[in-house]
This record gives sequence, C-alpha cells and structure tokens, in this order.
Amino acid sequence: MPAVSKGDGMRGLAVFISDIRNCKSKEAEIKRINKELANIRSKFKGDKALDGYSKKKYVCKLLFIFLLGHDIDFGHMEAVNLLSSNKYTEKQIGYLFISVLVNSNSELIRLINNAIKNDLSSRNPTFMCLALHCIANVGSREMAEAFASEIPRILVAGDTMDSVKQSAALCLLRLYKTSPDLVLMGEWTSRVVHLLNDQHMGVVTAAISLITCLSQKNPDEFKTCVSLAVSRLSRIVSSASTDLQDYTYYFVPAPWLSCKLLRLLQCYPPPEDGAVKGRLVECLETILNKAQEPPKSKKVQHSNAKNAILFEAISLIIHYDSEPNLLVRACNQLGQFLQHRETNLRYLALESMCTLASSEFSHEAVKTHIETVINALKTERDVSVRQRAADLLYAMCDRSNAKQIVAEMLSYLETADYSIREEMVLKVAILAEKYAVDYSWYVDTILNLIRIAGDYVSEEVWYRVIQIVINRDDVQGYAAKTVFEALQAPACHENMVKVGGYILGEFGNLIAGDPRSSPLVQFNLLHSKFHLCSVPTRALLLSAYIKFINLFPETKATIQEVLRCDSQIRNSDVELQQRAVEYLKLSSIASTDVLATVLEEMPPFPERESSILAKLKKKKGPGAVSVTELEDGKRESGELNGGGDRGQDAASTPSPSADLLGIRSSAPVSAAPASAGSLLVDVFSEAGPAAPSGAVNDDGFLRFVCKNNGVLFENQLLQIGIKSEYRQNLGRMYLFYGNKTSVQFASFTTTVNCPGELQSHILQSKPVEPLVEGGAQIQQVLNIECLTDFSDAPLLNIKFRYGGALQNLTLKLPVTINKFFQPTEMASQDFFQRWKQLSQPQQEAQKIFKANHGMDTEVIKAKLLGLGMALLDNVDPNPENYVCAGVIQTKSQQVGCLLRLEPNAQAQMYRLTLRCSKDSVSKRLCELLAQQF
Amino acid sequence: MIKAILIFNNHGKPRLSKFYEHYNEDTEQQIIRETFHLVSKRDENVCNFLEGGLLIGGSDYKLIYRHYATLYFVFCVDSSESELGILDLIQVFVETLDKCFENVCELDLIFHVDKVHHILAEMVMGGMVLETNMNEIIMQVDAQNKMEKSEAGIAGAPARAVSAVKNMNLPEMPKNINIGDISIKVPNLPSFK
Repeated sequence: MPAVSKGDGMRGLAVFISDIRNCKSKEAEIKRINKELANIRSKFKGDKALDGYSKKKYVCKLLFIFLLGHDIDFGHMEAVNLLSSNKYTEKQIGYLFISVLVNSNSELIRLINNAIKNDLSSRNPTFMCLALHCIANVGSREMAEAFASEIPRILVAGDTMDSVKQSAALCLLRLYKTSPDLVLMGEWTSRVVHLLNDQHMGVVTAAISLITCLSQKNPDEFKTCVSLAVSRLSRIVSSASTDLQDYTYYFVPAPWLSCKLLRLLQCYPPPEDGAVKGRLVECLETILNKAQEPPKSKKVQHSNAKNAILFEAISLIIHYDSEPNLLVRACNQLGQFLQHRETNLRYLALESMCTLASSEFSHEAVKTHIETVINALKTERDVSVRQRAADLLYAMCDRSNAKQIVAEMLSYLETADYSIREEMVLKVAILAEKYAVDYSWYVDTILNLIRIAGDYVSEEVWYRVIQIVINRDDVQGYAAKTVFEALQAPACHENMVKVGGYILGEFGNLIAGDPRSSPLVQFNLLHSKFHLCSVPTRALLLSAYIKFINLFPETKATIQEVLRCDSQIRNSDVELQQRAVEYLKLSSIASTDVLATVLEEMPPFPERESSILAKLKKKKGPGAVSVTELEDGKRESGELNGGGDRGQDAASTPSPSADLLGIRSSAPVSAAPASAGSLLVDVFSEAGPAAPSGAVNDDGFLRFVCKNNGVLFENQLLQIGIKSEYRQNLGRMYLFYGNKTSVQFASFTTTVNCPGELQSHILQSKPVEPLVEGGAQIQQVLNIECLTDFSDAPLLNIKFRYGGALQNLTLKLPVTINKFFQPTEMASQDFFQRWKQLSQPQQEAQKIFKANHGMDTEVIKAKLLGLGMALLDNVDPNPENYVCAGVIQTKSQQVGCLLRLEPNAQAQMYRLTLRCSKDSVSKRLCELLAQQF
Repeated sequence: MIKAILIFNNHGKPRLSKFYEHYNEDTEQQIIRETFHLVSKRDENVCNFLEGGLLIGGSDYKLIYRHYATLYFVFCVDSSESELGILDLIQVFVETLDKCFENVCELDLIFHVDKVHHILAEMVMGGMVLETNMNEIIMQVDAQNKMEKSEAGIAGAPARAVSAVKNMNLPEMPKNINIGDISIKVPNLPSFK
C-alpha cells in the first residue's frame, strides 16, 4: 500500500490547481488566483465557523499560491488557530503553514510560542516533534528565549522517544546557531556527547550534527567526543553490509553517518591517545583498502556512497597532515579518480588535491599529475570541472613548473568560459609575479594576458606590472621595447594603451636610439590610439605626452601642437581640458631644469603585498584562499615576491631597518592611480603620507623573538625603536618614537593593551608628551611583569595628527614568553633523564619546517642564545643537532623547557622539538621558533 | 548545512521550495529563477555540483542537483556537507517519495504539496539531516496517515462523501490535466534503482 493514498485528496484544491494549470496566460493565472484569494478571505472573515477540513483546504490553497510566487498577507491567524486544534491533521497543516510562511520577526511569534509550549509538554511524541520542527524552521530569537533551556532537557531525558530525541538535537542546533548566547552549556553537554553511543542510528545521525557544531565552538569541552567517534566509526567500517540493516545503503553500511563522523574528527588534531589513534589509522586504512575492492553493485548509488566516505577520509588525512604514508596513498587514490569516467569523481578529486598540494609531504606527489590536470583543463566538457582544474594548477604551481603552468593557463584563457576569465587572469598574474625568474618573462606574460583577455584584466593587474617595471631598472628597457611592439598591433586593448602610455612616458628614452622607435614614432604610435580611448586613458596619455617633452625636447613642438588644438584645450571633459591647459603652459613657461625636476622619473614604489592577491582574496571570499595563503607563508622566502630588489634583500638581511619599511603595512600609499582624478597627482607628486590604519601590524614582532633591541616599525612618518632588558620574571622596555618629518605631530598618544589573560602584565607606562616636533624623538618606558605563561602579545596603539589627518597605528609589542628564560647548564646524562621525564604527549610540541634563511651554524647558535636558553654542547649524539635548556620564570611558577633542533641541510628542513613541564608553553615556543630559522 | 531545497520542472515551474534561512519572498523567487537558469543549461552527464549563484551565498555554497525526467531536485549546501552524501540524500528523498506515492510523478508533487513537505520534514529539519533511513521515514509517514485516517473517520466523513460524489465524474479529470509535461514514471529513469 502506498503511504499516501491519492484518493482522499481535497477535491476543491485539486480543481483549483487544475484551473491554474489550464490558464493560457500569466494574466489569466493572476486573475484566477486573485479570485481564489478573495474567496478564501471572505471564508476566513465570514460569520460561519469553518470546520477543520475547510481550514486545511484553504491553507493548502494558500501554500500553493505562495509557491507560485505570490505574496500571502493573510491567513496567519487561521494557521495559528489550527495549532491549538486537538486534531493531528489540523495541527500539522497549521505548523506547515507557519514554517513555510512565517518569518522570524512576525508579531505572531508569541501566540505561536504558546501553542508550541503546550505541544512540548503534551508528552505526545507526534505533537512534540511537530513543535520541535517548527522551532527549528523558524529559529527566531524569541523562540530561543522561550525554549533554549527546555530543549536540552528533552534531549537528554531518559524517557524521551528516539524520534523526539532526533528532533530535539537538531532543534537545539538551530537555536545554538541563531542565538549561541542563550544556549547555556551545562550538565547536559557531557550527556550529549554520549549520544554518539546511542543504540538508534537515527539519534546518532541527528546528534552528530549538533556535536560537530558545538565542538567547533568549544573544542575543549567536547574533547571526549573524539574517542567515542573513533570507536563508532570503527564499528561501522568493520561491519558487514548486512549488520546495520536499514542503515545500509546500497551495500554500504551507514555512509551518511560515516561521513559525519569523519567530519567531526576534522575539528580536532590527531588523537593523543595511542590506542585511539591506532584504531583510527586502522579505519582510514580499511576505507582506503575498500576503494580497491571490486564493487558489490554496479549501481551508481553504491559507488557514490562508498566514495563519499573515501573523500571524507582523505580530507581527514589531509587535515592531520602527519601520516606521510596515508597522505601518499590518498594522493594516489585521487590520482586514479582524476581519470575516472564519473565526472563527479573527477571534480571532487581535483578539489581534494588542491588541499593536498599545500601539504609538505604530498606537494611533490601532487605535482606528478600535472599532465592529467592540464589535460582536464583542456578537454573537460564541464565548466565546473575545468574551474577546479585551474584551481589545482594554481595550487600545485611552484618555481619548477611555473613556466609550463602559466603557459597552459594563458592558452586556456583564449577559450575560457566568461564566468571564470577574471579569476583566471588574476591567477596568471599572481603566478607570473611570484615565480618570475627573469622579469622579461614576467613582462611578456602580463602583456600577453592583456592581449588575450584585456577586458578581464582589472586595474590591479596593470598597476602591478607598472609598479614592478618602475622598481626594477634591469627590465625597463625590455618592457619599453615589448610594449612598443605590442602597441603596433592594429587593434590593441585599452589596457595595453594604458601600460604603453605609462611605460613609454617613463622609459621611452631607453629605446629611442633605434630609428624604428624614435621619439616621434613612439609619440605618433601612442597618439594614434588616443581617439579610441576612454577619458581616464586619455588623461593618462596626456601625462605621458608631457613626460615626452621632458625626455625628448625634439618632440616639444609636435606635442604642444596637439595640446593646443581645440579638441584638447577646449575639451568638454574638465579633467582633460585642465590637463591640456596646464601641460601646455608648463611646457612653454618652465625652464628645462624645472621641467626635469617636475617630470622626473617616478620614484620606486614601496613594497607591499601584491594588490592582485588582495583582489583574489576578496573575490573568493575568506574561506576559499586558505590554500594560497598557506603557500605564501611556506614559500615566501627567496621569491621575487616583493617585485623588487629590496624585497629580496629584506628576506636575507637581518638589518631591521631595511626590512621594516612597512612591507605589509596595511596603510597603502596611494601609489597606483586609483581613478582618473588622482592620476595627475601620481605623475607629479611623490607618494603621499600613510593613510590611517586600524589593523594590527605584527611584522616586526617575530623579529624580536631572539633579540631585544632594534627598530620595531618604520614608515614615512614615524620610526619606533625598542630597547629592552629582562631579569627573572621582570622586564623593562624603552620605546623611542622618532618623527621623521619636519612637521610637528600633534595629540600624540600611546596606549598599551593586554588582550585577555595578559591583563596585568604591563605594570606601568607613563604617558608621553602630546607634541612631537619635526625630527625629534621621544622616549617611553614600560615596566613588565610576567605573572603566568601567556601566548598573546600586548598591543601598542599609537594615535597622532599629522598635517590634520589622524594617524592610527597598532603594533604587537615583542614581549614573548621566552624573554623570561633563565639558561640552565646541564650534562648530557641529566638532559636525557629530564627529556624522558617530560614524555607525555601533550608536553611535547614538534614542527617540521623549511628553512627560511641560510642554515649557517653560527647564525643558528646566535639565535638560540638570543632565545635565552643555554645552548648545550656535547649532549646530542649527532653533532649537527642543537639542544638547549632553560627555565621560564613567571610569578606564579617556573616552567622547565628543553629544546632540540635538528637541521637537515640536504632537504633544507628543520625539525624542532620542545618539551616543557607545561604544555601550553611547548606549543607557544614551538610556534614562535618555527618562524625564526 | 542545507540552505535550501528546491524542486522545479524542466520549464522552471517550482514544485517545492523550502528555505532553511530566511529570505523575503522576492528574493526566494529570484533564487529559484537563478538556480533554474544555472542548472537547466547544463548538459546531461556533466557533474552534479556547481557553485551557488550570486544570490545564494556565492562561492561558499554549492548547488548539488539531480535531474529525474521532468524534475530537477536541487539542494543548496555549504562546505560542511559531503557532496556525494547529499547526492545520496536526494536519491533517498526521491525513492521515499516513490514509495509513498507509488510511482511518483510530477502531478503528485503538484496536488500533494503538503504531503511532500511532511515527508521532507522527516528527513531534513532546520537545514540539518534528521534521518537517512528510508524505512524509518516511511514508517513515520505511515503513522501520520493512520492518524489522519482515524481522525477523518469520525469528523471527515461528510466531507469525504461529498468529495467522493464529485470525484465520480472521473473522465473530466484527465482533460484538465496537461499530460504533456508530466511523464515521470519512475521505471524510465536511468539512474533510478
């Protein structure tokens, strides 16, 4: 028997629906609907009390009308009345109407809440479920206020029916998502975790969503779920396909629940307990093994379910990133899927590989699939899959394959789907910059990019190429030559004209020796494009012309002629007219000396994060670029990332003043022209002063882990120097604020904040003088006491007025836990004895990382000594390794720390291990140190 | 989390829309149109996932869909859900509908929207999956029907009598119904069972 018998439907409803479906036109449909709405309205308003059946019928009609996209502005009251009916049918339809049609800020909520309250306390499981559903669907704040304390009780009560428990779990989850402050943790939390052990799989299914969400927010409180999840998973994975009966889906035992369990485990680091971890690894291996077994069914559902688990298992392996063996197996499995005939699997494999590419252990393994991925980019029929292939190519790119990947992406761009072109352009631009070995290749790539996909090349991309050309004098001649050639194409993109105008205006002289590109030829070439361009580009070209007058006096007459003609000097556009007039006057009045000064070559741009990368991040949203960022962090050193010589120097020289020029200061100077209006400023003036910034600048912070004195921060206006000394748990820090300008800073104030637990670390700081004269320096003293171990750093906020503009700057003060080290000398035997004593897994923190600097013994030793520990000779059997010992002095306790650093010169990697008597200290020290070598 | 569940036919007519996050009516209709536009232009045999449109969360959300004869079943989910898992869920949903309606077709969804909502409510609640076991779901739906019947037995008798009489004029029904676009008979479905 079918569960829904069709015969007893509502006749009136069926007729109405048929009528609607027979309407020939939209107008007829609307007419019929309005007629029906009027009918229902009169029925609802009428004197005669409607019976339950009619109410139900009319509410169903309203639902249908709503589905067709018409507003329903009445009937709510009738629906609320249905809620309090004793009949299931009427109650059910009332709840349905409310969950579809009532939004969370309706004024009816109070009435609805009343009905819900009654049903929740009715002890009738069906009514309770209806009420819980309604709360979960509406999920408003008023509902949370009314029921947040009630639902946990229902969830963990011993006598609650399974189906009600399921609904209660998801209902609570919804309330926790909308109003986390109202759902208070309590005695129920521990019992919720134990629902993972529930007999009824449906209860586990519902509970796990709740537990996952709660663990993400309060990982410590729900830690116990890890071992429970592992044992549940292990029972499912090892069960035969018949064991779980109804929860076996196409011969796969409980696939949905397995996926959710694997997701839950992804909220935590690998289990610390060896036995649990062993069991989990066994599960993961079983899942990987099952992928190789012949399928138990030919149906696509069977393989879907199996692979759903497999992909989650692979995500977990990637998340742990600690089992090289499993990682390589995962990579191989994904490699197989890359060529699978199921499009879905190819798509997911490409997506998973993207995350795999950022793991140290598997980056190389991923790279072996480059040909397949390129092939996918070229031949896949499905744009979603091609997009994933492009993402993966981007993620697997490094110096060794950059040229190939960039070339492939460029050639793909010619035929790429419009929807992904802009993103592809950004990616090509970033890769080209990041992995450029020689800049002529970079310039070629970007100009090609403009040629192929000019419409999709955003402002950021062409600003960036100009920044780089300006900052690198070895590429300027080549750039001028290439851009000159590119401009000779009969149709070239406006962006090309912009780049051409800017570069020839600056460096046209470098190719002027060749008669084929003599000054006049250059000028005529540029001017031939002038009339086809938009106003901003024309404005830029006018600036290029005046620069020509300075570079090549012989073009002066020609250019003045152009400027003087009516279409320029009387142009209806104010900006263009003003430029024409000003440039004309400037060129006729000013002496060559003045001209040469005013029109001097642009000074190098300050280094900073690539604006293109920022754009890509913005475009993809916060979650989507994590891979990119990871990579950046990992491979930043030694790359031509900054785009200029100085960028490279910054990475290798330890001199703080050189690399603290605010590379990542989030207060960008308006260097690249932001709009037509500011172009003039850009051509003529030096970069303006830093704009106010609110973000925390912690660039200098890490440089001070191993040293106490130096320049913490510097920009065009201000330099901040630091001297500090520490003894036991006390420290004193001298801050020097230097005004680099010739103008007074007014209302200069500094405040030091200690986030959270740090509250009382800074003992005192005297306020500074409110005025800092131009060129002057003022000093501030901070006294510091370490009360207990900590990981956050105090924040220094500086505010002052410079020329009327308020400047706001926040820096992390380099007060780190290692400053309170007392070195401890000990013999080899003692060292190893203590090392063994600190053998609990949480006492140890370990990191394996790539060398960021040269692996010079003396430099490493100096850094370790700077750290504050005693460097122990003749302790480690391997003389290459470094071991250190020290005690951190805090007011409340002393923390003994042992350190071992194992360099591997061949792989350019380090392994750093810390064991401390307090686990949070191991962790923090490990984080701090991993970025020092 | 599942953000929305949409069912529409090959012409973009919505047959079920269930949003687990609140939008106003106009936005909901726009989302349905946009989703139909995105999904319907895709070939058969391409993958079942695509990035959500602009209205529904952008690149953080995915549309996961299946196409059965005349109907598209589209789930819009965030990154916390397994793509293949959701595909299975759609399949469970459709198989459940098929069992409940005995060879479900588009007309069943049109004339029994309330039932479809009730079945869906046994599977998904507030955007999270409540139950994946088909037998359990059907059991719940059955229990509901029994209750309905028993209630109708007492109070609904007159109404049912009227409706039975009116239904006797059966030949009229098919005339009203445009059979052209409603031919989803489950056995024809390639990916079914």
